[in-house]
Amino acid sequence: MRTLEQTTQEVLDLAATHFQLPAGSLAPGDDFFKKLGLDSLQTLEMLSRLENHFGIELPDYEVQGVSDFKTLAERIQSRL
Amino acid sequence: MLDLSKYQSIGEALRDALDQFPNEVCLIEADREREKERLTYREFKARAHPLAKALQDAGFIANDRASIIMTNQSKWLISAYAVFFSGGALVPLDYKLTPEEQWQLLRHSGASVLITEYPIWRQLSTSPGRAAATKLQTVLVTEPPPNADLAGARRWEELRGEGEPVFVPRGCKDIACIVYSSGTGGRPKGCMMTHENYLEQCVALTSIYPFWPGVRYLSILPTNHAIDFMVGFFGPFTCGAAVVHLRTLRPEFVREAFPKYKITYVSLVPLVLKNLQKGLQTRFDALSPGKRKVFNALVAINKALTKGRPLPGISRLLLKQVHQAFGGELRTIIVGGAFTEPQTLQFFYDLGIPVANGYGLTEAGTAITVNDLKPFRADTVGKPLPGMEVRILNPAPDGVGEVAVRSKTVMSGYLNEPELTAETIVDGWLMTGDLGRFDATGHLQLSGRKKNMIVTEEGKNIYPEDIEAAFESLPVKEFCVFAANYIWPKRSMVGEQLVLVLHLEQGQQLTDPLRQDINARNNRLLNYKRIHGIVLLDEDFPRTASLKIKRNALAERVAHRDNATAVLPL
Repeated sequence: MRTLEQTTQEVLDLAATHFQLPAGSLAPGDDFFKKLGLDSLQTLEMLSRLENHFGIELPDYEVQGVSDFKTLAERIQSRL
Repeated sequence: MLDLSKYQSIGEALRDALDQFPNEVCLIEADREREKERLTYREFKARAHPLAKALQDAGFIANDRASIIMTNQSKWLISAYAVFFSGGALVPLDYKLTPEEQWQLLRHSGASVLITEYPIWRQLSTSPGRAAATKLQTVLVTEPPPNADLAGARRWEELRGEGEPVFVPRGCKDIACIVYSSGTGGRPKGCMMTHENYLEQCVALTSIYPFWPGVRYLSILPTNHAIDFMVGFFGPFTCGAAVVHLRTLRPEFVREAFPKYKITYVSLVPLVLKNLQKGLQTRFDALSPGKRKVFNALVAINKALTKGRPLPGISRLLLKQVHQAFGGELRTIIVGGAFTEPQTLQFFYDLGIPVANGYGLTEAGTAITVNDLKPFRADTVGKPLPGMEVRILNPAPDGVGEVAVRSKTVMSGYLNEPELTAETIVDGWLMTGDLGRFDATGHLQLSGRKKNMIVTEEGKNIYPEDIEAAFESLPVKEFCVFAANYIWPKRSMVGEQLVLVLHLEQGQQLTDPLRQDINARNNRLLNYKRIHGIVLLDEDFPRTASLKIKRNALAERVAHRDNATAVLPL
């Protein structure tokens, strides 16, 4: 079982790879709308990547209003 | 299609539609790759009538208001039907608003019933805003877990009355819906839409884009939005067509839905349409040079053949693979909610997929103009719909002026806002606040806004007044939020942004801590509501006798500055 820290790190690494950013350039508190300039659609695409990686389903309502990696990781953790 | 001229209300027309098309499929709901349910009109009735009876048994009477806060799904439409059947007025609210915003609008609307889904209720029920909605008596929650604490709500699935409900007739001038076009945080703008507004709009729209049994409409735009309510509920239902709901709006599942359910129509906001374009373009670019050459030639042939009007059969033959990806039955993509760039519209039309571009406002009863594809024009928002009188007020030499509309589809006013209503509807004409001109062929071309607001590519209307609450008690002398276009008008409908005008205290500087404070507050706003820059103004803001900021006068003062240098990045 992953710890929350591990999950958070994996989320950050995956997001960095997905958006072709250098590893370590994202932090848990980063707002992904602002930091990555994402729109709502790109966020949904990123979520699908994360779902596949963690082997979980994240209903849309679970991520409604979430805009930082830390909270996102917490939502993922609760479903692992 | 039902002859809607015979009907007085939405409820009456929907009631007859269920009996007219009993064996046709009306709803399909899917969650990811799983189909959750498929209902015929007869089965829809069997679900909706017990709910209507239960509402009536609980004391819900004519003109009572019931709000729905739900993602798109069967239960949204079943609940709405039960409300209309019982003579109620519907208050459809955006499920993406924060709980505080939702409570504020629930209170403003005076809703006595709330129908929502469990994850939304979980957040709503613990929000302090709950205490404000004193008129709310009944809360129905869909799909709660078996042992969930419902905090005073009842289970939607268990609310089934015994026996037949009584149909409650309404007049065509009665309020059918209160639709909030904006106004969380500031002055809520609850558009009071009459039954006549919807009946007239439905006749006008279906005269150009018809529905019939067998048509499948993919409902992606939120149903609380005027467009989806019309083309994803009332329109298809009065014609015996089917609506497909997806519980997950991930792009891959949306893409799969087109071929899986043989979609006929879909409505999208410009952002999603552009994303689709990008995806297709990437695939075209990946073709080998030989295949690319053949493909380009086929597109050129299609373009030449469809110059005068769409020829779906021929386009599907010529560009078979593209059309198969969309299920092979797609007739039109309806795009709305915000301005769409002409090159995106042209891209799809050249592939044989017409995009019904139009222009509308909630206040006008959804659409005002729509492209009738006779012929297709990417550079306009089309011609006025039947029954719409549209004129340009005080046109400049180039013909551009404010667009005004008169029609039976125009709302009766803003709820509890007689002054705002009087400013907006003048001598029967709705002042849209948008700027445009008619070309020689009667097509409307939009070219900017007169009003202080922006519309995002996701179709969100943002009024600066509504987001000022986020900057309350900011340690500066005074501040005001504006749409940049309102200060420095430009003839464009894209790339609109908000700016924060600051008047600092004497001797105060825009220091890093102040910037950080502004940034932190800005980041608490939903991403599409955020400001993009700061403008410093070293003078007192003009104010009224009651000390309200005179926004027009302030905008004029700021406008003297050069916008290229005046707007500081955050």
